[in-house]
Amino acid sequence: MQVPLSWYLIVAAALFCIGLYGALSRRNAIGILMGVELMLNSVNINLLAFWRHIEVARGTLTGQVFAIIVITVAAAEAAVGLALIISAYRHRKTVDVEDMDLMKL
Amino acid sequence: MNVSQGVFILLSAVVLIGAAGVVLHRNLFRAALFLILSFVGVSGLYILLEAELLAMVQLLLYVGAIAILIVFAIMVSRQLMSPQFRDRNEQWVGGLLVAVVLFAVLAFILLQVNWPTAEAAVPEDAIAQLGQALVEGDQFVLPFEVASVLLMVALVGAVIIAREK
Amino acid sequence: MTEFFFNLTWLIPLFPLASFAIIVLWTNRNRLLSTWIAWIGIGLAWILGWAILFLAWGHSSELTPPTHGYPVPLYSIPTGTTELQLGFQVDTLTGLMLFMVPFVCLMIFIYSKGYMNYGRENVDPRYSRFFAYISLFACGMLGLVISDNFVTLLIFWEVMGLCSYLLIGFWFDKSYSDPKRITPKQAGLKAFLTTRIGDVIMLAGMLLLYSQVKTLTFREIFSEETLHHLATTYAFPGMPWATLCAILIFGGAVGKSAQFPLHVWLPDAMEGPTPVSALIHAATMVSAGVYLVARSFPLFVAVEGGVQLAVVAFIGAFTALFSSTIAVAQNDIKRVLAYSTVSQLGYMIAALGIGAYVAAVFHLITHAFFKALLFLGSGSVIHGVEHGHHETHHGSHGHEFDANDMMNMGGLLQRMPVTGWTFIIGALALTGIFPWAGFWSKDEILADAWNAFQHGGHFGVSSGWAFFVWLFLTLAAFLTAFYTGRQIFLTFAGTPRTEAARHAPESVPSMTWPLIILAGFATFLGLFGTPWANQFYQLIGQKAEVLGEHLPHGEFNPLVAGISTVVALSGWFIAWLIYGREPLTNPVDPLEKRLGRLYIWLKNKWYFDELYMNYIVHPSVRLAQACFAFDDKLVIDPLVDAFGRFGRWLSEWLKDAVDIPIVDGIVNGVGSVTAKFGEFMRATQTGKVQNYLLVAAVTVLLLLVLFVVRA
Repeated sequence: MQVPLSWYLIVAAALFCIGLYGALSRRNAIGILMGVELMLNSVNINLLAFWRHIEVARGTLTGQVFAIIVITVAAAEAAVGLALIISAYRHRKTVDVEDMDLMKL
Repeated sequence: MNVSQGVFILLSAVVLIGAAGVVLHRNLFRAALFLILSFVGVSGLYILLEAELLAMVQLLLYVGAIAILIVFAIMVSRQLMSPQFRDRNEQWVGGLLVAVVLFAVLAFILLQVNWPTAEAAVPEDAIAQLGQALVEGDQFVLPFEVASVLLMVALVGAVIIAREK
Repeated sequence: MTEFFFNLTWLIPLFPLASFAIIVLWTNRNRLLSTWIAWIGIGLAWILGWAILFLAWGHSSELTPPTHGYPVPLYSIPTGTTELQLGFQVDTLTGLMLFMVPFVCLMIFIYSKGYMNYGRENVDPRYSRFFAYISLFACGMLGLVISDNFVTLLIFWEVMGLCSYLLIGFWFDKSYSDPKRITPKQAGLKAFLTTRIGDVIMLAGMLLLYSQVKTLTFREIFSEETLHHLATTYAFPGMPWATLCAILIFGGAVGKSAQFPLHVWLPDAMEGPTPVSALIHAATMVSAGVYLVARSFPLFVAVEGGVQLAVVAFIGAFTALFSSTIAVAQNDIKRVLAYSTVSQLGYMIAALGIGAYVAAVFHLITHAFFKALLFLGSGSVIHGVEHGHHETHHGSHGHEFDANDMMNMGGLLQRMPVTGWTFIIGALALTGIFPWAGFWSKDEILADAWNAFQHGGHFGVSSGWAFFVWLFLTLAAFLTAFYTGRQIFLTFAGTPRTEAARHAPESVPSMTWPLIILAGFATFLGLFGTPWANQFYQLIGQKAEVLGEHLPHGEFNPLVAGISTVVALSGWFIAWLIYGREPLTNPVDPLEKRLGRLYIWLKNKWYFDELYMNYIVHPSVRLAQACFAFDDKLVIDPLVDAFGRFGRWLSEWLKDAVDIPIVDGIVNGVGSVTAKFGEFMRATQTGKVQNYLLVAAVTVLLLLVLFVVRA
């Protein structure tokens, strides 16, 4: 085992924070969605790193299964999210989330 | 520093540079291309972790499906690609601050914890085991089935939302 | 093979439930499809139910209640320290109910198509909804009989309560010109609330039971050890837990099976469509109460000679006699049957009260068949008379015509031969004429009562009580024959008394075929329970041991059979003397002259509705009004007024001295500060999702930092 667990965790944390920044700072919805995808990926790196370094010795598979579930959720989220974006774009001719504040009186 | 550590650093650089491109590039289409780069890097990390199946799934699903879907969406809403589009909102400084501090705190915590790691070789039939675990009654068949229901719902929902009225 | 079917028991209530869901959600616009879905649902339940009965018959020695059932556990609810096991079970009692319930339901379902005028111009506007409701009703009853615990039993019990409300009030938009006549909407509410009284009492019994034995599964409660524990620990002096719980649970049966004093809802339930009356009175709801007592029978006999059996016997015997007297003076063809049902249920309850468990279940099954037949027959009669009325008074809506009134009928046997003859077969079965089904089951109850009188009863039933029960039930048998004969002669004999009856047509085949099939059962079913080869006894009684005591076996007693036959025949004969010998020509009951004020009293149902109205409903309303008046006029108002005047004077003074300079200043100050603060806070509610996300991220960050600092 030549790459220590903490390295993976650090890289995943960095990826998570970059994704968070993207979700916080992008003006358009697709950019936000991409940031969220990055965050989900960082979670998967964590899950698989834990699996490799802790679970393999125990013979369990929870990390892998969780990663698969996360990917599924990400796919569903991307599909619905993009459908929403397209629908919003069609109705309001914009994907700028700053313009999407109808909920505010 | 051995070979795999070197490969790890290389891949991490690809992942993080790609991610930075995603969030920083003014042109959203280019950002999406960076996203693909980052996804490929993550897939490499999976191979390094000896999770070959997940690496393939990552390539097929993220690069092959999600990223392409995003590219399509960008092209459908064409206005995004125009040069005068402002790419950052007013709170980006705050967001940056939060992200950096969060990373610092996370890194601090991660380095402090003494993880109960144990050396072991990945079994030959890891993928077969995973397949078994996903359909075995006393293991993960319920989450597996629920995930399929979720996908179905998302499929129907996406069609209904995006359909022309 | 056997176990395979037994493990599918849980599917039985699911079939009609699926029909309900499909009709309500998707097919309610298509009447024909909805009909077929309801039929298929109950038909599948019927096939599976009969398969289970015949398989259980083969294994009857291992499947006798109360403790030997084939369990089908489904689910367990963790309740902290223990687990509440929920599930189903198959035993021979369940099997018998599965023989009766789905089949009678199927007959009623088929009949409903014609009754609700499918394919005619006057088809019911809520036709599909009707089929959905009756499917749900069937689901409730089927789920109830296969439950192996009080929890699911109560759930399905309440499902039936809901359905009875929905179905009795099915024609909720109907209203009558006579303000005293109850409308369907009121009748539904009355049924729901009256049975609810019983249900609450029953729930209390169940909760007490659970508090004592920490389980609500029948098998566990009825084990000898648990029963012994319940019989020897005391709730309060002289009252063992078993007695208390049994009496409280019996309260539920009193409500559901319309026993005195909660019988008032059932006759008014006649406001629903006739198939519903058949469903409620024969196959499902009222049998549920008797079934509950039969199912909990070990609990009722756990204390030797306890007061609970006396209560059950008394209420049953009294109800049997009391409601048959009312039936004598009713002119509504369905109300006669309704009081007859109350009376027959009284027979069953009384039989259980003297320990004649097998006879009670036997009568429950036979009664379901012939009472369903009678109700469906009466529905066919009403339908025909309504049709005749429609034909003769085409388009005129001048006066209100009551198609249920027997005084408007007469001579219908020629007009409606199938309905008439099947109705007469049902009547023979009901009155206990040899060899129809009612003879065998009623005779077994009477024989058991007589035996208990002669040789002392089982389970400590005193012979005096047994004689009392026998006497009451025999008197009731006489009245039953009389009012049934009266009904037959008024409806079918003689010549038509109205134009409507003269033009009444025979009903459509989808209504007459169920009548013919049910008539077959009403004729031959009793042969399974003859005293010489009593299949019912072999099925549920022979191997059953309750606290080491064998159940009584209905031995044939020529004396009892002779007395009851003579009594029944004399009832028919007197009815013939009054109504049959010279058929009525004018709508005046000859009985009215002979009985005088007694007739009025009976016609008004012993004034029970008025009693409850005057002594329970009105006093509570009046009490509420008195409280209101006391509150409002005598005490609170003057007090409030005085305070008001004082306050006004005080405020005048305060206004000038304090209010304007100080309070106003503060209030305005607070107001403007709040407004400023609001302006400020408003800025945080940007309506932009990313702002909120940033706040969330900062919060998570702060929590993390807190975590690090504390660690």
